[in-house]
Amino acid sequence: MDGKVGAYLTVDAEGALIQAEAADQRLANGDAMPLTGIPLGIKDLLCTRGLRTTCASKILENFVPPYDATVITRLKDADTVIVGKLNMDEFAMGSTTEHSGFQVTRNPWNPDRIPGGSSGGAAAAVAADMCLGALGSDTGGSIRQPASHCGVVGIKPTYGRVSRFGLVAFASSLDQIGPLGKTVADCAIMLDAIAGHDPKDSTSVPEPVPVFSDIAGDGLTDVVVGIPSEYRSAQGLDPQVGAAVERAVKTIESLGARCIDVSLPHTDHAVAAYYVIAPSEASSNLARYDGVKYGFRDKAQTDLLQMYRSTRSKGFGPEVQRRIILGTYALSAGYYDAYYGKASQIRTLIKNDFQTAFASCDAIVSPVAPTPAYRIGETLDDPLTMYLSDIFTLSANLAGIPGISVPCGFSEDGLPIGLQVMARHFNEPILFKIARQFEQAANIKDKKPLL
Amino acid sequence: MKITKEEVLHVAHLARLDIDDADVDRFAGQIGTILDYVDTLKQVDTTGVAATSHAITLTNAFREDEQKSHLDPEASLANAPEKDDGAFVVPKVI
Repeated sequence: MDGKVGAYLTVDAEGALIQAEAADQRLANGDAMPLTGIPLGIKDLLCTRGLRTTCASKILENFVPPYDATVITRLKDADTVIVGKLNMDEFAMGSTTEHSGFQVTRNPWNPDRIPGGSSGGAAAAVAADMCLGALGSDTGGSIRQPASHCGVVGIKPTYGRVSRFGLVAFASSLDQIGPLGKTVADCAIMLDAIAGHDPKDSTSVPEPVPVFSDIAGDGLTDVVVGIPSEYRSAQGLDPQVGAAVERAVKTIESLGARCIDVSLPHTDHAVAAYYVIAPSEASSNLARYDGVKYGFRDKAQTDLLQMYRSTRSKGFGPEVQRRIILGTYALSAGYYDAYYGKASQIRTLIKNDFQTAFASCDAIVSPVAPTPAYRIGETLDDPLTMYLSDIFTLSANLAGIPGISVPCGFSEDGLPIGLQVMARHFNEPILFKIARQFEQAANIKDKKPLL
Repeated sequence: MKITKEEVLHVAHLARLDIDDADVDRFAGQIGTILDYVDTLKQVDTTGVAATSHAITLTNAFREDEQKSHLDPEASLANAPEKDDGAFVVPKVI
């Protein structure tokens, strides 16, 4: 199956069988936990001890982490079976998974289409039944958008809800780990396993963690849902996506929710602010790849400075180099205030927009991506078009709020379309509640790709 | 052009990247387009607006100062491209 999709970079058959035997033992003993024996795939930027972790980059092609990410430790403690490591855009920079240093991943619904990104391998593997769930990461939509394109569910939790220890950093103030699954309930069970404060990540938040899988199922009569007027008129919104989301809003209304218009006036500036902040943080985070401590080194170079330059240019792909240059430029003397400083102020305004909106509603619904999945190759040399497709998702990263993507329909070509629900900081339970009840009412989760 | 070839080469040097001639033109064009778009931020009046560097503000994530075990030297060096006698080897600097 994976020959047609290309979701996995590494399959750990041996490790998976050992974990599966341990799970069998537990099941036989009658002390199984909710995830005992459940096969999961892991986006290849989460460190797995003894199992190659590449970030889909040539610079980390042979990197074998000496420790587990906290989320991996927690999945192991929960008795899961880790099947392997999943393809992605290199260092999570991209929205198509075409920017992987190793292989293209195809959308299980249509092999000529991208699976979305950057957690494209994760979404494709879940959609094609090559694992029952997966962990991805989301810096600007990298869980929600591929989930939408592949017809699965994905949640980006509140910033700080899940420990980032052992996640290879892209943009540290935006990155968050979250699950992708076949159903809303599956995602809630996985989030139960990985959420919670971790002293090893100083940005993980010491907030009490609810039991996410206790999803309230009593209708939505007490829920007020906001629909941002700016999103309806967003540039580039495909009418089929707009129509699917409008139908989803009607379904949510029919479940008893009250739908109101809200305003997020700085929406138009989110993409520009994000594409200053994220590359700036990336240019700093990726300075560590210098061919000394781990990863690729151009051994032909005998001069230290030239070794750094050659190693990094041969090791990083074009999209990563583009963002390092953009970020370094935005942080450099004379440009810092105009770019990074300004973008950080806009970030405050975007955060305030959500705060104001959430004063009058419990959740905000929107599209996930403006169009169904692109054709492979469509945006490869047009980075700005790819960036603009993140318009509905990256505001949640800038504001640090949680967002979920749940399937809400199909395009005329049979490509999945997702609905996004966002909520206040730490209110993942309302996302699960709305998404679960919508999922049941929409009744499309049993539709499968024909591979 | 928003960013010149010389600026791309200068920034690439700061970021320790070797960009060849064909790529300089392509990067200058693409990054110029992105910067033109980013300039739309200038339309927003941000006078007196505080900057946000983290969406969730935490102050002082303290922990007890306890002695704990760390990765052993062998594991720490296991991924090094070149190592010798418990140390990372780099090209000669002086």
